[in-house]
Amino acid sequence: MAQDGPVTSMLARLPALVPPPAELPPRAVRLRAEVREFLAAERAAGAWSPRADVWLSGWDERFTKELGRRGWLGMTIPVEYGGKGASALDRYVVTEELLAAGAPVAAHWVADRQIGPSLLRFGSEEQRRRFLPGIAAGEVYFGIGMSEPDSGSDLASVRTKAEQVAGGWELTGTKVWTSGAHHAHAFFALARTAPRDDANRHAGLSQFIVELDTPGVTIRPIPLLTGAHHFNEVVFDRVFVPDAMVLGEIGSGWHQVTSELAFERSGPERFLSTYPLLAALVGELGSTADAGARREIGALVSRLWTLRRMSLAIAGALESGAAPELAAALVKDLGTRYENEIIDAARLLVATPPDPHAEPGFARLLADAVLHAPGFTLRGGTNEVLRGIVARGLGLR
Amino acid sequence: MTVAINTELVDLAEDVFGGAAAGTGFDAPLWATLEQTGLARLTLPADVGGSDGSFADAAIVLAAAGAHAARVPLVETDLLAGWLLQAAEIPLPAGPLTLATGDLDVARTVRRAAGVLHRVPWARSVAGIVVLAGDHALLIDPADVTITEGFNLAEEPRDTVTIDGPVTASSIEEHVGTQLRLRAALGRAQLLAGATASALASAVRYAEERVQFGRPIGRFQAVQQQLALAAAEVAAAQAAAQAAARAADAAGVLGAELPIAMAKARASEAAGVVARIAHQVHGAIGFTREHDLRLATTRLWAWRDEDGSEAQWQETVGAAALAAGPEGLWPLITGTP
Repeated sequence: MAQDGPVTSMLARLPALVPPPAELPPRAVRLRAEVREFLAAERAAGAWSPRADVWLSGWDERFTKELGRRGWLGMTIPVEYGGKGASALDRYVVTEELLAAGAPVAAHWVADRQIGPSLLRFGSEEQRRRFLPGIAAGEVYFGIGMSEPDSGSDLASVRTKAEQVAGGWELTGTKVWTSGAHHAHAFFALARTAPRDDANRHAGLSQFIVELDTPGVTIRPIPLLTGAHHFNEVVFDRVFVPDAMVLGEIGSGWHQVTSELAFERSGPERFLSTYPLLAALVGELGSTADAGARREIGALVSRLWTLRRMSLAIAGALESGAAPELAAALVKDLGTRYENEIIDAARLLVATPPDPHAEPGFARLLADAVLHAPGFTLRGGTNEVLRGIVARGLGLR
Repeated sequence: MTVAINTELVDLAEDVFGGAAAGTGFDAPLWATLEQTGLARLTLPADVGGSDGSFADAAIVLAAAGAHAARVPLVETDLLAGWLLQAAEIPLPAGPLTLATGDLDVARTVRRAAGVLHRVPWARSVAGIVVLAGDHALLIDPADVTITEGFNLAEEPRDTVTIDGPVTASSIEEHVGTQLRLRAALGRAQLLAGATASALASAVRYAEERVQFGRPIGRFQAVQQQLALAAAEVAAAQAAAQAAARAADAAGVLGAELPIAMAKARASEAAGVVARIAHQVHGAIGFTREHDLRLATTRLWAWRDEDGSEAQWQETVGAAALAAGPEGLWPLITGTP
C-alpha cells in the first residue's frame, strides 16, 4: 500500500507549527540590564528570596508597587491611561527577568497579563480610565472568574447567571479557583446572559467587571494541598453590576475570553515556574557534576532555550497582529511538562530531600516545585485539552 | 519584531526538492538543478561561485532538503568542504564535494598523503574529497583513492576512503576544526528539523486515511494526543534549528557555539520521539519497504547521531551551564550577559 502522492502534498498540508523567529528590539538590552540591576539590589537587601511558582504564590504589594513606580507594569498600556505605550516584547523582557529571578509577582500578575490588554481591547473609555492607571501603578489588583464547580475544561457550560435589572445586571452563581480574590479589588466574571443553546454553546455568554466589595459577594478560601491560601471560591448572591461594568458586548463573552488565549498560553510563565530550582540545581552540582549530570543539565538548558525561542516567536507574531493559537498550545504543553522535568532532574541528581520549611535554597525550592507541580499542567487549559487544539490544527478533528 | 522570512527562497526550495524523483543513490538531476538555481553553494562567497546566502537562508533550504529526503551532499558541499577550501585558498572544483576529518600522513613538500578515512559522506559520488588533517586542508581527487562503499541507517553513502597519493594541501588556522564541527552540527540540525516535519505530515495523513472501528484512526483521542506530542517536538526542532542559524548569522559560527550545540541536542532529541510516534500511528505498514515513511524515519535515526548525538552536545551545553553557575545560567540562556 504505497502512498498515493508524493511527500510534497503532505507537507503542504501541515500547518505552520511555530511562527518565524523573532528577535528582541535593540533597546531591550538596556531594559533588561535595568531590571536585573533592580532585582539584584532587592535580593541584596533581603526583600524576598526566590521561590518557585511565584506568579501564583508570591503576593507582595510593596514589590508590585515598586515595579509600577519604575514603569514595569502595564507596559503596553498607552501613556494616556497611565502606561508606557511600550511593545509586548518590552513587557516580555521584564516578565521573563522577574520570573527567572523567582520574584514575587502574583499581586499584579492577572491585571498585568490579562486585564490590561482585555480592557484595552474590549473595555469602555470609562472602564479604561477607571482601572488602567491603577494597574500600571501596581495599586489595583484583579482576579479572573471563569471556572465553576461544574465547569472546568468545558468552560462553555458555566452556569453563573446574569439577569437584566434596572440599570444593570444581577449575578448569581459560584466561581472557583480564583487566585488572589481575597486580596484583589475586582475581577472579570464570565456569566450566562441568555439560556444555554445546545446548538450554539458559545453564545449567550458575557463578561462583567465585578468589584469584590460589592454586597452579595462572598469570598471563601480553597486552600491548596499545602494549606496555603491562594485559591478562592467566589459566590454571587444577586450581585448588582451596573451596565457601565459590562465588559465588551453582551453575548460576546466567549469570543472575548478566547481571543486572549494565545497570549496567555505562550508566555514565559508557562515554562519558567520552576526555573529558580534549575538555577539552584546548577549551584548544588557545581564543578563536581559527572558526565551524566552534565548531560542532564545540558538537556534541560537546551530545552529551555528552545522553549524561549518558540515563546518569543509567538510574541513576535502576536505583536504583528497574528493569533497563533496552535503554536501557543504547543508551547504550553511542552513548557508545563518541562517545568516538571526540572523537578525530576533535581530530585535524582541531588540527594537532598525537599523541605518546605528549610531556609531559602535548594530544598525549599524543590518542595515548592513538587507541591505546586500538579497545577502546572492544569491551569489555563489542561494539556489534554491543548493537545485537542493541536489535533484540530492538524486537521484531525 | 518578527524577522522577515525569505518567502521566495521557501517556494524555490519546495519546488526544487519537492520535484525530485524517488530512487536510490546520488540524485544527479537534483544536483544539476541545485547548481543552476544557486542553491548548491548557497552560503559561499560569490567569488568562488557561491550565492552569498546567510545561515538563515541555508536553514530554509536544508529543512526542505531534509523533509524531501534529498539524495545530495548539500551540507557537505556548501557548509563544510566548500567553506574549508575557500578558507584555505584552494580553488574549488566544480561539482559536489564532501568533507572528512582524519589523521592522514601528510608529506606536504611532495604533495602526497596516506591513510584511511571512515564514514565519508557521499565519497563515491563527489568531484572532490576535502580533508581536514591536523593543521592542513587537503583536496583529493576521488580518482586517486580507493573507495569501499558503506551506508548509514538511511542508506546514504558513508564510505571508507583509502588514500595513498597526490593531494593539494594548504595550511589552515587553528579554529577551523572547531568551526567545521559546529557547521556540521548546524547543517544536520536543519536537515533533522525538515525530516521531523515530513514524518509528522505522513502520520497525520495516514491517521486521516486509515479506517478502523468504522472511522479514521485520527478521530480517536488516543491517536490525536500522540500526534500532538509529535507536533510539539517538530515545532521545537524547527524553532531550535532556525534560532541557531540566526545566532550564527549574528555572532559567527564560533560565537554561536552554544546555540548550535543546543539546537543539535534538541533536534536530535525530537527525532527519536517523532520517529517513534510516526511509526506507532502508521502501524505495521510503516515498518515495511512498501511505505515511504522510512525515508523520513531512517534519516531521523541516522542524523540524530551524526555530527554529535544529543548526549554529546548536551554535555557541551551542561559544562557551559555549570561553569556559568546559578547566577550566570539565565544570562547564558538569554544570550545577554
